[in-house]
Amino acid sequence: MSQPKINDFVVKFANINGSGSASANQLFAKSILRMGVPVSPRNIFPSNIQGLPTWYEVRISEAGYLGARGGVDLMVAMNPQTWDKDVLGIDPGGYLFYDSTKPLPKSKFREDVRVIGVPLTEICNLQYSDPRQRQLFRNIVYVGALAALLDIDIAEIEKLIGEQFKGKDKLIAPNITALHLGRDYAKTHFECPIGLSVRRASAVGDSIFIDGNTAAALGCVYGGATVAAWYPITPSSSLAEAFARQCRTYRQDALGNNRYAVIQAEDELASIGMVIGASWNGARAFTCTSGPGISLMQEFIGLAYFAEIPAVIFDVQRGGPSTGMPTRTQQADVLACAYASHGDTKHVLLFPEDPAESFDFAADAFDIAERLQTPVFVLLDLDIGMNDHLSRPLAWDDARRYDRGKVATFDDLDSGKEFGRYLDIDGDGITYRTYPGTHPSRGSFFTRGTTKDRYARYSEAGPDYMDNMQRLLRKFESAKELIPKPQVRSALQPSRLGVIYYGSTSPAMHEALDSLEQQGIHFDAMRIRAFPFHDQVEDFIATHDHVFVVEQNRDAQLRMLLVNECGVDPAKLTPVLHYDGTPITARFIVREIAEDAKALKVTPMRKVSP
Amino acid sequence: MTYISKPKLHHPQLPANKLGFTRRDYEGAISTLCAGCGHDSISAAIIQACFELDLPPHRIAKLSGIGCSSKTPTYFLSSSHGFNSVHGRMPSVLTGANLANRELIYLGVSGDGDSASIGLGQFAHSLRRGVNMVYIVENNGVYGLTKGQFSATSDRGSKSKKGAVNTDTAIDMVLLAMELGATYVARSFSGDKAQLVPLIKGAILHRGAAFIDCISPCVAFNNHSGSTKSFDYVREHNEAVNQLDVMMPRETITADYAPGQVEEITQHDGSVLKLRKLAAEYDVHDRIAAMNYLQGRKAAGEIVTGVLHVDPEPEDLHAHLGTVASPFNKLGEKDLCPGGGALEKFNAAYR
Repeated sequence: MSQPKINDFVVKFANINGSGSASANQLFAKSILRMGVPVSPRNIFPSNIQGLPTWYEVRISEAGYLGARGGVDLMVAMNPQTWDKDVLGIDPGGYLFYDSTKPLPKSKFREDVRVIGVPLTEICNLQYSDPRQRQLFRNIVYVGALAALLDIDIAEIEKLIGEQFKGKDKLIAPNITALHLGRDYAKTHFECPIGLSVRRASAVGDSIFIDGNTAAALGCVYGGATVAAWYPITPSSSLAEAFARQCRTYRQDALGNNRYAVIQAEDELASIGMVIGASWNGARAFTCTSGPGISLMQEFIGLAYFAEIPAVIFDVQRGGPSTGMPTRTQQADVLACAYASHGDTKHVLLFPEDPAESFDFAADAFDIAERLQTPVFVLLDLDIGMNDHLSRPLAWDDARRYDRGKVATFDDLDSGKEFGRYLDIDGDGITYRTYPGTHPSRGSFFTRGTTKDRYARYSEAGPDYMDNMQRLLRKFESAKELIPKPQVRSALQPSRLGVIYYGSTSPAMHEALDSLEQQGIHFDAMRIRAFPFHDQVEDFIATHDHVFVVEQNRDAQLRMLLVNECGVDPAKLTPVLHYDGTPITARFIVREIAEDAKALKVTPMRKVSP
Repeated sequence: MTYISKPKLHHPQLPANKLGFTRRDYEGAISTLCAGCGHDSISAAIIQACFELDLPPHRIAKLSGIGCSSKTPTYFLSSSHGFNSVHGRMPSVLTGANLANRELIYLGVSGDGDSASIGLGQFAHSLRRGVNMVYIVENNGVYGLTKGQFSATSDRGSKSKKGAVNTDTAIDMVLLAMELGATYVARSFSGDKAQLVPLIKGAILHRGAAFIDCISPCVAFNNHSGSTKSFDYVREHNEAVNQLDVMMPRETITADYAPGQVEEITQHDGSVLKLRKLAAEYDVHDRIAAMNYLQGRKAAGEIVTGVLHVDPEPEDLHAHLGTVASPFNKLGEKDLCPGGGALEKFNAAYR
């Protein structure tokens, strides 16, 4: 028998979509969190409303490793459709929890897996007569049983049920009854706890447990967005819906009037069009979408780039191309966003790593977009956006003021200050704009996607066009100082090896770096947080003999961007690519990197001579 | 040519409106459209309407898509901000602009290619939402800038300049607008300024989605025999159902009408639309009957013009959304940011 695992194991629930399991599973995860032990749950769900398989994977890690781990210590197999695969996925020595109401042949089990059968259906059928209740409470019954088996404090679950049904108090007692039915059965029939258990700890601190879309939406509220235009698409819809919900709380005046507008547009083209119209007219506006939506917005993005109109675009990335894997995660829109639209374009990208940074970057994006008068993309992914993450609490400095950028006011215009919409007065490539309706006779201009001179007059003259395009490059250069800088984690001992990563790869990367360190393989690590790349990124690559670039797409898109924009020798950058739609794991990174790193360590890199 | 600026000087006795502006103050750059283009007449009518309504030019925002018609905002209201956006997408840009500042007047200018083909979706949805705007389609039934292809409003059986016969059914933008809930719908003809100017004025004063389908012959590609959008054809088949006079609040009514022939519609802002009926049975309030009438006349080959539908109590998008009276672009941190204290409470709810 293997060592008991305390506060470090993975429980996976195999359920059927639409069976009401989601809230029960969340209850399970949150109860562990309330015991001070970090958890990171991930929903693995199909593009379906009811009937198809869905999984909920909870990693429990007192060490605070929040990336997906891979492997399963306890499988809660509630879906006969996926039984065989689910049983196969359990680590040797692990546990299988199942509904034992109907006996299953021995061939359905594994020798090296311990089996815990609880007759969930039978327990519920005896207790309840309503079929829907039988189904819903079955989920709570297994939570009760698991609480006993894993030594989870039942009082925490009872408290959570009380919070969940606050205002619908008559639902509290029956849920607690169901919880105890499961717990009592497990206590009577099994030795509790099993070889996996939760022990109260204090590793959670003041962290919050939230999904990235909710946090990003709140960042938009705090960042002063008043117009949101969107079209439903997984996995971004919950961002727009969260914004609407939060606005109902925070953005109504005393008379009940709204200081916001949320428009569910007819498509993504209209969504970005509305954002551009609102931003042109001086409101802070955003849209949220996923890859297919970015494809549809291309023409408008070019207009916003060329006519220099702020726009904030959230791309909650999913598996592409086309409909691809609409409910799985990827980082595969990096290039589509960096160079979105026809003609020569480049755009600012922000890469938050978790919900807290999604909140920060969402609010920052409006300042950056208005300062630069250009589209800003905030690239989340399904893993950050739709899964609950343990995250540092959200914070806001009340002294902070919005940076509305260079806007000529009535007084500026009235005093006779020179105004040319595309006239670079300050030398940073950023020009002054006016809001429509500012001054009766000065500062009006015509916005267009066609070429123009510095005073916004239509011009098809080559020099005017080039003057403008060169200024846009200067402006892009100015962006580097406005956007989040990369973060470096230095190896415990000097290393010639580097690793670059971004976005939702963070938790898996942290764990991988620790694990590699234990194997004596040391890496300096840089997390890129924005595009255009800061000079520090080039320096990092230059000062290391070899750099691994870890990302969640097939084509090594960030690496391509590094090679392209920084003029790096491609041989120096080794891609490490995870793109099956599941979140990247530390195990994967270690496996991919360790061998190469060892080889690189013994054979000194041949320097590329200039 | 737009690079030749018009001289600012004007005749000292040019009449001024209540704001002291002359008609010249509402003009724009010199048109680059073909000589005789119907669109230039529409620009002139817009200028006249704004002048007569004493509107401060800078309080108007003019937006357009792509095409000949969409070029025209350069040729009027040079003190207004303009936005020549993306083909077929003016309505979304206008909707966003309107959300950001409800205090300006929004003038959307589009064409039949821009609104009936590539932009049919946005045309429809902006009307459904009741965006407070004047949406003018300068309808010539042809793609001018790309030299003479049929558009989606070309009538079936009509002939192109090169002799090709259109076999596709035409989209009737007026009927669509009425179906989709536009609360002010009119049709006019660029060759009839007397009719068009009051229609534009009425649309500007309307506090909801106002749509004007203005037949505007293309002198270069669609003014031949066999075309149903030529000057001659439209003049021969034009059937006006009424004649509009727009009276501002407290304005003394001087026009002389025979009793029973005139209907007065008081709009939300107090302005009065005086409609002199030309077709006795036509009722601008009865949307269903009006649509039936229009269908019938269309089948008979007539082009019905005038005010075709008015809802004197329209509800606009801001009313649907319950937005504050103050424009969004004037709100600051104090109005928008819940602050650090609220965030503490928010965090607590996620533990």
